[in-house]
Parts: sequence; structure tokens; C-alpha cells
Amino acid sequence: MTQKKPFAITLDIGSSLANHTGSWRTERPVYVHRMPPCNNACPAGENIQGWLHDAEEGRYEDAWHTLTADNPLPAIHGRVCYHPCEDACNRGQLDTSVNIHAIERFLGDEALRQGWKISCAPQTGKRVLVVGSGPSGLSAAYHLRRLGHAVVIYEAGAEAGGMMRYGIPQYRMPRDILDAEIGRIAGLGVEFRLNSKVEDLEETMDAERCDAAFIAIGAHLAKRVDIPARDAGGILDAVSVLRGVEKGDAPSFIGRRVAVYGGGNTALDVARTAERLGAKEAMLIYRRTREQMPAHDFEVAEALEEGVQVHWLSTIAGVEGAKVKIEKMKLDENGWPQPTGEFETLEADTVILALGQMTDSDFLAQVDGVKISKDGVVEVDAGMMTGRPGIFAGGDMVPAERSVTVAVGHGKLAARNIDAYLRGTRFEHAPRPELATFDRLNTWYFTDADKTRQAQLDMARRLSSFKEIVQGLDEETALFESRRCLSCGNCFECDNCYGVCPDNAVKKLGPGQGYEFNYEFCKGCGLCAAECPCGAIAIVPEQI
Amino acid sequence: MTQRVKFYQTGTFTVGNRLLDAESRTVQATVERNNSLTSGHRACQGCGEALGARYAVDAAMRACNSQLLCVNATGCLEVFSTPYPESSWRVAWLHSLFGNAPAVASGVAAALRAKGRTETRVLAQGGDGGTVDIGMGCLSGMFERNDDVLYICYDNEAYMNTGVQRSGRTPPGARTSTTPAVGPHPGNVFGQGKHPAIIAMAHDIPYVATASVADLHDLEEKVTKAMSIGGARFIHVHVPCPLGWGSEPCNTMRLARLAVETGLFPLFEGEHGEVISTTPIRRRQPVEEYLKLQKRFRHVIGDPQALAAIQALADRNIRRFNLVRENAA
Ligand SMILES: Cc1cc2nc3c(=O)[nH]c(=O)nc-3n(C[C@H](O)[C@H](O)[C@H](O)COP(=O)(O)OP(=O)(O)OC[C@H]3O[C@@H](n4cnc5c(N)ncnc54)[C@H](O)[C@@H]3O)c2cc1C
Ligand SMILES: Cc1ncc(C[n+]2csc(CCOP(=O)(O)OP(=O)(O)O)c2C)c(N)n1
Ligand code: SF4
Ligand code: SF4
Ligand SMILES: [Mg+2]
Repeated sequence: MTQKKPFAITLDIGSSLANHTGSWRTERPVYVHRMPPCNNACPAGENIQGWLHDAEEGRYEDAWHTLTADNPLPAIHGRVCYHPCEDACNRGQLDTSVNIHAIERFLGDEALRQGWKISCAPQTGKRVLVVGSGPSGLSAAYHLRRLGHAVVIYEAGAEAGGMMRYGIPQYRMPRDILDAEIGRIAGLGVEFRLNSKVEDLEETMDAERCDAAFIAIGAHLAKRVDIPARDAGGILDAVSVLRGVEKGDAPSFIGRRVAVYGGGNTALDVARTAERLGAKEAMLIYRRTREQMPAHDFEVAEALEEGVQVHWLSTIAGVEGAKVKIEKMKLDENGWPQPTGEFETLEADTVILALGQMTDSDFLAQVDGVKISKDGVVEVDAGMMTGRPGIFAGGDMVPAERSVTVAVGHGKLAARNIDAYLRGTRFEHAPRPELATFDRLNTWYFTDADKTRQAQLDMARRLSSFKEIVQGLDEETALFESRRCLSCGNCFECDNCYGVCPDNAVKKLGPGQGYEFNYEFCKGCGLCAAECPCGAIAIVPEQI
Repeated sequence: MTQRVKFYQTGTFTVGNRLLDAESRTVQATVERNNSLTSGHRACQGCGEALGARYAVDAAMRACNSQLLCVNATGCLEVFSTPYPESSWRVAWLHSLFGNAPAVASGVAAALRAKGRTETRVLAQGGDGGTVDIGMGCLSGMFERNDDVLYICYDNEAYMNTGVQRSGRTPPGARTSTTPAVGPHPGNVFGQGKHPAIIAMAHDIPYVATASVADLHDLEEKVTKAMSIGGARFIHVHVPCPLGWGSEPCNTMRLARLAVETGLFPLFEGEHGEVISTTPIRRRQPVEEYLKLQKRFRHVIGDPQALAAIQALADRNIRRFNLVRENAA
């Protein structure tokens, strides 16, 4: 319309849509996915925020599929994982962290109840040997199967599960759950060879015609210390006691008074197991203080509740029959315990050592290129491969924190690298987005809601059986708890950006589709980013 | 220990909420919203007034099945939306003068009544200057005659369009171009001020409310309720102005929210001259949190006496309107 305009009139008749205010902009908003702190902290690399998003809508099966893309064992993890995700959870800075593990357990149990199924890619024709059926071996097998490879697991023991079966007691890890989650992996076509200890790795690989191997044999040899003892018969080690309980050949009489030497989770579990086996008194002897204990707080608290006594800052100096001589320790200025020369005598029928474990990796010494360091630990590269191409390792036997979840994470990472190895490519990590830190959130919008607690078995029943202590959440409570998630760094479709733009420059694309900026009109004021509750919008400088 | 599912992450604090049923979401959350004030308008980046106007007029349009006629006073809202002959309005819209919007709206309402077009409703709107200063005479007349008009005042606390001159709504201590931050008593004077909602209530009209651009659900409810009533109605909406307040454009919502949370801008409703409800403060904040984000109050931050005087105003509102209650969240 270039017709002559009246005096002092410069614009055309019509809508202001002709005026593209986007040209005012010096910065532009963009939708981003930031890394939620929970995901960042999960050793198994779960997309926690992602599966909580599904669960929030009551789409539990979708949530479970999102979860099991990374971790094949949610019902197990919901029970035994030390949940570092919850320590990192942003909601912890608002009121209390999201009870992630309880929801994970709910999803895991629901999957078992309803028989939700996993699918695998078409067969690739490749075959992989997995040695050890602990969480790490199971995880590798599962991920390899899903990628289409054939998998055979060799397991020295009579049943699969590793330390989840022969270490973690039933009051924390019910065996029907363990069996069911392992059964689901077997159902994918993973072959299990039980009672089959691998002595010669290369021979086994040849015999099974495998193209690669993943070793995850854990750390099962108890460390011992030299304790002057008149009669060493009363001195046991924790892993043997726990394994014995599981196999049904526990010592028939553990004694009235049991002393456990150590301060880790294993020490606590064996003390609590002794109580359940009939010991009237279980005590821990630990060199340092409670703050320095490697055991997790909640486990210490549960043990103390159950009447386990602890002698802090004490070492065992000698055992003579039923008398245990302990020496008091004192922390020096560096926080190390030092002997004081003060002694005390305790009565104990049994002494159980829980001083850590070593890996029985002798059989790997003959494999060219595999490097073994202190305590039998095997060295691996960033892709979990040992010095020998095609042979990978993970879990307790490699240098890392020892937990079920770390083991599962290793199994997944190894599977992805093995897959790349078998295809003659390299596995590349997806680029890690920037962290969705608390200061990225606009928490004003979130409703106050305190964490829901899980019910516990009453004390009398706890001490008289190996029944599971912590109870699950029911559906409504799990839904409530999922909805406490702040959705850190990822859009949850609250419509705030769509609503607060003074220039209508945000397009709403519909449920599940998110939004889009209309840069023709966006002036770059930044209100959308400031008012996004979860930090899913970044402001970036305009290229001018 | 089953918990009833009553918690929806953000409840109704956000514009929408995918977990809530559609009725509990706002008009602004819908793709069908009218966008009465559409893109391409020339308001500054982060303008609270542009946003407040879209919120209010969209809600009014929804409430009357789009049978709405708007009368606009002179001011930013008119100037940035309608550089003749271009317009951002997607609603029948009329502009006359700075001070006569209530009178024009009364006339429009009378004309519609004369023509028997009772389904068409009238909404008049203007800035704080146009409403509480120059327009006060005809606004009072419109109230006193109980003309069938909903009048909405978008309060950015000064005459922004002509360069930030002080108005009857400029808060004590604030710097404007006519109340510079110099001398022994810098900024606007302490002591007086005009509360248009209370003035409106003094006319005993059917409905009066205050609202904030930071509380969309509350604002939409009030507009919707006002639209369901006949006669003279008045809503006073607080809308931050980045230019006049010396604030970051991205802080517009935060400031509006802080004005409510400090108690400086109380939210309430009145019917026939009596307060019938007040909106409790969710997370109470000291006034300094609000003031420190605005250059117009920069001199106040270092002045404990002025700060205490402003805090006292907030405290007085909190007492007067009972804004801090147990279990308010
Ligand atoms: C008492 C106790 C309690 C624990 N509690 C927890 C807890 O609550 N949460 C947590 O996260 N972690 C816990 N852990 C640690 C956790 O169990 C381990 O970190 C985890 O099981 C390691 O997994 P993995 O697969 O590496 O090895 P393992 O679970 O040890 O599995 C190794 C498997 O390899 C088999 N194997 C060994 N050698 C051979 C061979 N030559 N041929 C064939 N098979 C072989 C073994 O029989 C075993 O089944 C606990 C550990 C103990 C001891
Ligand atoms: C009678 C008259 N006096 C002065 C003006 C100049 N004028 C136009 S807008 C305005 C100020 C508007 O202030 P306000 O009503 O608060 O609206 P805002 O621009 O702040 O939104 C003035 C003084 C005018 N248009 N008419
Ligand atoms: S609030 Fe949700 S997304 Fe954020 S850290 Fe916690 S669980 Fe993860
Ligand atoms: S001066 Fe203030 S009221 Fe006017 S357009 Fe700019 S921000 Fe909006
Ligand atoms: Mg004004």
C-alpha cells in the first residue's frame, strides 16, 4: 500500500502485526534441556526427571520404560540403592528432597505385578561372554541383549545375583523381588551357566564362540588383619557369615554376644543379621567416629534402633576365648585415629571381621594386557575396557565406589562400548548439558508439600525375622510424591512462558509438544526465562 | 498413611498446569485466548501494562462471549497500541481524550441501552494518571450514576507516556522526573496518596477489586466476576513499568509479586462499599527486597528512616487487610 497518506500519517491502516518488533532484540530466549541434579548424580545414569514426568501423569508404564532404558533393576534399586540422586535433589533446598527411590520401587514392583515387557533389537549375530551375575554382569547382559547381541553369563555360584543375594540381607532385599528382576533378564534370552566358575577366560570365550567379554566378578575375598588370638576358631569374616545365611549353612549358634570389627555397611548388616540369628547383643568395634563411618547414615540409624551397640574409636588388640581386648583410640590433628595405650576388655562369643574385600582376579593374570593392581583390582579405560582389546570389566572389581548402582552403571557403559567395539566404531557420550542448579529455578511457583515417608515393620517383627523392613508406597502416595518433582531444567508445560509474554511471542504447540518462540515479535525482555519455574529457558546474546 | 492426591506440583500458581483439569487453568493458558492486544504493539520490553491489559481484556472477552466494546483513555496503553491508523486491538475499541474515558464509556453504555443491545458490554480502561487524577471527576460520576461499565485502571505509578511525571499513585520516596532524588527529602513526598479502590468503594458500587499482573488466576477471577454483574464496577491492577521504575524488563513479574508479598499492594474485593475478601500473602518479604530492584528507589536503600517509613506503610496494609494468616499457602 504505497498510496499517498494524509498529513502526519506514516502508517498503513491495519493490524500492528505488520510491525515486527523482533528487530528490537539484543538477546533471545531459547528452550533448553538442562541436566537435572538427580540425573547428574545417578551412577546408573537414569533419566530420573524424565520418568518422574511420566509418573506425574499416572503413566507408570511409560515411566518404567524410561527408567529401564538405563537400569534393568528398578525394584531392586528402589530398595538398596544409596540414592545419591536424593542428596543432589534441588527440592532438598526448598523443603525435603523428592523420595525418588520410593517411587522407583513402586514402579519396579508395579512392573513385576503387571508383567510389563522389554523388547530387544533384532539379532546382530554377535555373542558376548559375561563373567559374574552380580548387578554389573546382569546390567551388561541386559543392555547387550537389548542392542541385539547374544549373551551368555558364567556364574560360579549356584544362583545368580552376586552380592545382592549372598551379601545384602533379606530384610533389605527380599529374594522374590531379586528372582523376579533377574528372571525378566533371563526372559530376554540371556543364557545363564550356573555353578560355572571361569578359570581360563580365553578358553571359555573360544568354547562359547564369543566375540567379546565383560568381567564382573566382584570382590569376595575378605580382608583380614593380624589379631593375636589364642583360639582363632571364634573369629569369622562377614561375607562368609552372610553367604552362609543365604545358603542355609549359617553357624547354628552365632553366640549370645557378637562383636563385629569394622564400620562399613557390611559391618552393620552382619551385626543386624547376628541379632536375627539369635544373638542377644551385637556390638560394633570401629576405629574412628560416627562422622567418619563409611556406612550410610540411615543404615547406622536403623542399626542403632535395633539395639546394635557401637564402640567408637576402638581397635581390637587381642582375642582370648570369650574375651576381646580393645584399645581406645584418639584422633590426631589430621583426623587419623592414634593408639592411646588405654585398654578395655569386652565379652564376646564370636568376633566377625568386616574390614573390606579383595577381588579374586588371579585367573586374569594369564590374559595378555590385563593390568591387575592392589587387592586384585583390575584397571580399565574410560570405556570400561581392560588393557586387552575386547575384554571389558566393571563393578566392584574395578577402581570405583562399590555399590549396586555403580555396578549397574558400569554394566551399561561397558555394553555400549562393547556394542561399538563389535561394530568397529567408537562409543561417544552425548554432550552433557549445563547443570540445572537451584538458582536456575523460580521456586515461587511450587506448592509446599513435604516428603512422604515409607512405613516400617514394627521392631518386634524386625528382630525376629528377615522380613523386609521398609514398606512400599501405595499408588496415590507414589503419585503425590512424583508430583513433588520440580522438573529441574526441563519443561513441564506449565504455560508460564506462554502466559507472561507481553508480546504474544510464544506459540503453544499442544500437549506434549511444548512451545515455540515467534522471533518476529519477541522483543527479548526475558520475562519468560525469569518466570519459568524449572529453568528450561536460556537467554543468549543475539548475533548482531 | 495414604495421601489424598491434592497436590499438583505448582497448584494454580502457574498460568496453566497440565495436571489440572482444563477448568482450573486460566484463559491465558488456552490457545483459544483472544489476544485482544496482539503482537507488534510498541510497548517497551517487559511492559507490565501491555500484559495486564491482555490478561484483563481476554478474560472479559471470554466472560461476555466476545460482545465487548472498549473505551481507552490516553496514555501508554493507547499510544503504544494505536499509532493511528494502525492498531494492536482485536476488540471494538474507542479512544477519545486523556481525562474523559469514564464519561465516554457511560455514553456508550447509554447508547447501547437505547438501542436495546443489552448483550454488548462496555469496558473502559486507563492509566493511573488518567484514572485517579484527571479522570477522577467523570469516574466518580460514572460510579455515582451506577452506569453499566467495568472500569479498569492499570497502575504503573506515574505518567509514563509523557516521561515519568508524578501522579496521585506515585509511592512515597519514588523518584520521578517531577520528584527528583535531591534535597533533604528526595523523591515523592510521604504522607498523602490516593487509593482508587477505596474511593470507588466509597460510592457503594456493586463491585470493586484490586489485582496484580503477578497473580493471573486472581485477576481473571475478579474480571470474570465483575463481568457477571451489572452497574458500575472498578478494578485496580498493579503493573510494573521497567522504564519508569528503572527495573530490568525481566523483573516485571517479580516486582509485581513482591509488591503483593511485601504488603505494599494489598489484594482485596469489595461489594456495595464493604470489603468481602482479601488475598493472603504467601511468602512475606521485607520492602527492601522490592525497592532494591528499582532505580527510582535507589536513594531510599541507603536511608534507614525512609526505608522504615515504607515498611510501616506495608505493615499498615497487612494489619488493615489481614494479609498474613496461618496456613496461607
Ligand atoms: C553385606 C553387603 C551389603 C551391601 N549393601 C549394599 C547396598 O545396600 N546397596 C548397594 O548399592 N550396595 C551394597 N553392597 C555392595 C554391592 O553389593 C556390590 O557393590 C555389588 O554387588 C557389586 O556388583 P558386581 O556385579 O561388581 O559384583 P558381585 O555382586 O559381587 O557379583 C560378582 C559375581 O561374580 C561371580 N564370580 C566371581 N568369580 C567368578 C568366576 N571366576 N567365574 C564366574 N563367576 C564368578 C560371583 O559368584 C558373583 O555372583 C553391599 C555389599 C555387601 C557385602
Ligand atoms: C488533557 C491532557 N493533558 C495531558 C496530556 C498528555 N498526556 C498523555 S498521556 C499522559 C500521561 C498518562 O499517564 P497515565 O494515565 O498514568 O498512563 P501511562 O502512560 O502511565 O500508562 C499525559 C500527561 C493529554 N494527552 N491530555
Ligand atoms: S526436583 Fe525432580 S528434577 Fe529436580 S533434582 Fe529433585 S527429582 Fe530431580
Ligand atoms: S513506558 Fe512503561 S507503561 Fe509505557 S510501554 Fe514502557 S513499560 Fe509499558
Ligand atoms: Mg501511569
